[in-house]
Amino acid sequence: MLTRKHIESVVLPLSAILVALLLFGLFCLAAGANPFGVYSSIYKAAFGQWSSWQNSLIRAAPLMLSALCTALPARLGLVIIGNEGALVMGGIGAISIGLAMGTAAPPLVVQILMALAGMLFGGVWIVIVGALRHWRGVNETISSLLMNYVAIALLNHLVEGPMKDPASLNKPSTFPLESLYQVGNIPGTRIHYGLVYGIIACIIAYILIQRTTFGFAARTAGGNLRAARIAGLPVGQLTLAICFLAGACAGLAGMVEVAAVHGRANASLNVGYGYGGILVAFVARHNPLAAGVIAVLLGGILASGGILQRSHGLPDATVLVFQGLVFLCVLYSESRYGTIAALQPQSNVTRNA
Amino acid sequence: MSEALGWWGVPLAIAAGTMRGGTPFLFVSLGECLTEKSGKINLGLEGTLLTGAMTAYAISYLTRNSLGNVLAPIFGVLVAGLAGAILGAIHGWLAQQRRVNDVAVGIAMIIFGSGIAFFFGKPFIQPVAPQLPTLDLGNWSSLPAVQAAFKISPLFIFGLILAPVMQWFFRATRWGLLIRAVGDAPEAARAMGVSIFKVRMLSIMGGSFLAGIGGASLSLYYPGVWTEMISSGQGLMAVALVIFARWNPMQCLYASLLFGGAQALGPALQSVGVDSFYYLFNAAPYVLTLGIMILTCSPKKTLTGAPGALGKEN
Repeated sequence: MLTRKHIESVVLPLSAILVALLLFGLFCLAAGANPFGVYSSIYKAAFGQWSSWQNSLIRAAPLMLSALCTALPARLGLVIIGNEGALVMGGIGAISIGLAMGTAAPPLVVQILMALAGMLFGGVWIVIVGALRHWRGVNETISSLLMNYVAIALLNHLVEGPMKDPASLNKPSTFPLESLYQVGNIPGTRIHYGLVYGIIACIIAYILIQRTTFGFAARTAGGNLRAARIAGLPVGQLTLAICFLAGACAGLAGMVEVAAVHGRANASLNVGYGYGGILVAFVARHNPLAAGVIAVLLGGILASGGILQRSHGLPDATVLVFQGLVFLCVLYSESRYGTIAALQPQSNVTRNA
Repeated sequence: MSEALGWWGVPLAIAAGTMRGGTPFLFVSLGECLTEKSGKINLGLEGTLLTGAMTAYAISYLTRNSLGNVLAPIFGVLVAGLAGAILGAIHGWLAQQRRVNDVAVGIAMIIFGSGIAFFFGKPFIQPVAPQLPTLDLGNWSSLPAVQAAFKISPLFIFGLILAPVMQWFFRATRWGLLIRAVGDAPEAARAMGVSIFKVRMLSIMGGSFLAGIGGASLSLYYPGVWTEMISSGQGLMAVALVIFARWNPMQCLYASLLFGGAQALGPALQSVGVDSFYYLFNAAPYVLTLGIMILTCSPKKTLTGAPGALGKEN
């Protein structure tokens, strides 16, 4: 049943995105580009035709997985932004297993093992953040962001040293994954199966949070920590479990990038899907299903970065400015909940009508 | 640089690093200290630092002909501070809206600030801008490495003076008291007739002004270039450092020097031939920050010195 409250939680973020588009247009105008030209380029590059849809969906896959890394802990009241680090760690875990399996193992087994390794590495990475929060009171936002830099330093160390493929000169990388083991495309498209992983993960996360006792316990602890403790909820275990799942999702995104897109681990892992994922989670108001939809939108915007550079002479950071504007507008829209009369429930009688 | 010095180059480079690498930490942490004393957190100083670095470099480059090689970078520093203050105004306004979380605004400002810096900074990656003049205290030595290590920035000295001044400001002035009152007990401050919004807005803008100057020290002093990689989390580490420094400006100074030294470890070891773990040593400052946070935080009680209203809803 759609209540006015539901409508409000759709209308406000959407209007925030519209306002951000407007501000972005003014920004482009100030930078000397024609805003309407920019809008139409973004639309064409993102959703204009089937091939651009495919580009957007390829980018949406890691975004939705990485968004869950922020969205799940948010339900527990934690602001975790270690998406990029968990994604990188997942990539490292996946490529390590993939390279260790030689050439003779059945591809499906290798892919499952790579996915599990990616999830394990990413999961443990964020569990560290959760554990520090729970037992030492360390601010999870700052620690998770610091862990990003540690993960990237580790990746640089591995691709410049122990795991370096001497043939990769321009962009130091690990040895390539056997092409047999790479995750393939959905038949008839250029979209890899990572998108399916992402959608499944979003659905599972939604059911877990909204429809299970575990999710209810997590939301309770997120709503009122003290009440949860008094009610006897195992807050520590909940924190660790949620953090593991969150990191595992981002780690899976790293596995997808390694096994389906690049075929090896290198600096292409930390190109900003982590930060994009944070934005997706906040715009989706930490709802896993909404995160899936918003990830497609943002994937489209990321896919249009190249065209902005080529046809409008705007630097590639334009997309970053736009992301920042969307983020700021969405945060402002948070303060508008309950203030727009037309969107308020009129009375208890008509509420569910 | 350490060929003539051998292993002595390592402590020398670390000593130089404490001054060179510590300067941005010092400004950002003092800025964050001022901000947090008023009861709001600003994680977005990472974006402010980048915007400051870009602005200072661009202004110094653009005005080098009209202002000359000495005044242009100084003007750049000022404009960088102003650019920081503008970003601060956005943060200050948005973070004080009803139901809006200041941590989330900070994350958004990191993305927005770095976007702005990279967008406008693109044309300035290649050109060479005039650098801030330095005080050369190393001329007693004939070794170029020693001379380079003792080129001290006036910004570092300014920071050295600023820390005790800010300490005194919080302890002994009426304005300092107002900021502390707003940060510790907003209700009491409101009862005194103080506008919480204004005090916090000014504190956040002032803090961002300092962070912008910190960015200028990156691009106009050390490393003295503008690239998109110029700040790698220094703004954020400085925020963590304020917790470690217990919201005390003098301790911010000591902590900044420590972090500057830690940051110089990787390049210093590489220069004497230890390069197999170069990339791992580059993680030293982050690991150090984490380690310090683990040691100094406590799950049981609020930290001594923490402003009372920090982390509370609007």
